[in-house]
Amino acid sequence: MAVNYLYPEYEIVRDTNKCIACRVCERQCANEAHWFDPEQDKMVCDNAKCVCCHRCVSLCPTKALKIVKSDHTFRENANWTAKNIKEVYRQAGSGGVLLSSMGNPEPYPVYWDKILLNASQVTNPSIDPLREPMETVTYLGKKPTKIERDKNGKIINNLAPQLKLSTPVMFSAMSYGSISYNAHESLARAAEELGIYYNTGEGGLHEDFYKYGANTIVQVASGRFGVSKDYLNAGAAIEIKIGQGAKPGIGGHLPGIKVSEDISKTRMIPLGTDAISPAPHHDIYSIEDLRQLVYSLKEASDYKKPVIVKIAAVHNVAAIASGIARSGADIIAIDGYRGGTGAAPTRIRDNVGIPIELALASVDSRLREEGIRDSVAVVVGGSIRSSADLVKAIALGADACYIATAACLAMGCHLCRSCQAGRCNWGIATQRPELVKRLNPDVGYKRLVNLVRAWDHEIKEIMGGMGINSIESLRGNRLMLRGIGLSEKELAILGIKHAGE
Amino acid sequence: MKRIYVNEKWCLGCHLCEYYCAFANSGKDDMAKALKGVKINPRIRVEEGEKINFAVSCRHCEEPLCVKSCITGALTIKDGLISFNKDKCVGCYTCIMSCPYGCIMPDGSGHAVQKCELCTKNACGEPACVKGCPNQAIVFEER
Repeated sequence: MAVNYLYPEYEIVRDTNKCIACRVCERQCANEAHWFDPEQDKMVCDNAKCVCCHRCVSLCPTKALKIVKSDHTFRENANWTAKNIKEVYRQAGSGGVLLSSMGNPEPYPVYWDKILLNASQVTNPSIDPLREPMETVTYLGKKPTKIERDKNGKIINNLAPQLKLSTPVMFSAMSYGSISYNAHESLARAAEELGIYYNTGEGGLHEDFYKYGANTIVQVASGRFGVSKDYLNAGAAIEIKIGQGAKPGIGGHLPGIKVSEDISKTRMIPLGTDAISPAPHHDIYSIEDLRQLVYSLKEASDYKKPVIVKIAAVHNVAAIASGIARSGADIIAIDGYRGGTGAAPTRIRDNVGIPIELALASVDSRLREEGIRDSVAVVVGGSIRSSADLVKAIALGADACYIATAACLAMGCHLCRSCQAGRCNWGIATQRPELVKRLNPDVGYKRLVNLVRAWDHEIKEIMGGMGINSIESLRGNRLMLRGIGLSEKELAILGIKHAGE
Repeated sequence: MKRIYVNEKWCLGCHLCEYYCAFANSGKDDMAKALKGVKINPRIRVEEGEKINFAVSCRHCEEPLCVKSCITGALTIKDGLISFNKDKCVGCYTCIMSCPYGCIMPDGSGHAVQKCELCTKNACGEPACVKGCPNQAIVFEER
């Protein structure tokens, strides 16, 4: 177009005194923002191409580069912000639906940041986790409601299949296709070393990763990509994905360009074809239909594996969760509106769904009120950013948390939010071989292990401060939480008191 | 002996190893000061192909042809490390011609050669190329 309405969002700032023209920035930028100009004998750049992913900044050996947000301004106001103006320009230019990646970035309240944790003082002793045992092992699955005995009075083992986690964290679903082979390998190896689970996402399981099956959750989504009997039996649990936090009610679309030979084989679809996940499961229009799928999957896996049902946190989440608990599912996974994605329509991502904190509190309360809390485990995701968020989630009633954005960050993601372009400079959200190889799983898996181990240490430290020595005693222990700056209604939904009460 | 090995699967062809090598052997304490406006002459070189890249530096061969061919005894092998004595080198370049890996090259002066000595003679401590490789494509290990 002859007239470009948009000024670059970021500016590349180069300290020419430090730049040695080694050209690593040029070689490493898949967006081709940098190049060497022999006429001027120096490195030059095009700010318009920069997505602020920091690949060049991180690799620059002399730290000659930084990226700044452009201070160029529109004549904006509180109603017509620069964002609103730019989006209108973009749509007027393209005629298309706006696409975005990663989670909802809008300034809605983050309830984790409005909840404070308790600690022991005088009347109850705190515990030093370095000197005393501290338990973070978590079992996910249905808990028995009664003790059954045989005719000799011996207890019959009526425990449904469980997932055992060394710490209440799992890597949540990211499909092979949306992320790279090396990212998947990193997640799988980290899950194995940590004694937790990673999730295949809806893209099937690459044949090389069947060996990590004991630490794998295999997902069945509306597109049913890569689902077979072997696949269902390869993992430790099966997850039915109804929705995801970033785009509740919306399906998925992996462009054909990303469906390489390996991916087509793994997803069991023709090479180069678009992989379209329908918005609904076309065989699920009710809880009764869901029950049929839950039991079909249990039948296919010989009732040996827990079945997870994953939903996005939406307005009626408590009632829906109650239905899921009655459908035979062993675990409910709820994904909040901050949950990430490789691509979602911007309007959906930024306006649909509810915060995970409120969804979790209302689901946990509802299941307790109905006396069915023990018939399912509750796993939450959708922007668990730190061990503090995780501890608060457990205290609000979650059994464990799913992390994916944090896991991507650990592998090098810089939240540039342009996954949909397929040019991930960090080798995560891309299928281009020269980019995929930038993520060496030996490095990636170690960083994931480090992250989860660090969180586990922090969880133990926080629990110790509260005088709690087992994660079981923290679960649903909302007395350990106090709200700050929250309204009566918010406190009532969260089921917590205000600080000072 | 620990040697430098290259895993071409992970080499990105970013050439950072060359710059870290040049800096380590520059004797300067600041990379920009050492390399700004300089055409580097590193002891490790990245060979690039269409789909494959790898960095090559002295293999520290067990039976080194360069040491055998050196006419002045400037190249010697001790405990597996092939080291170079500039004072003895006459710049005949016989070693350059005999090295099958192309890992010995003329130094800047043109009167002597240079080669990787595993950063044993500079302040780096451990091979700078290994330390600076962003993808662990170059490793320093016992095999």
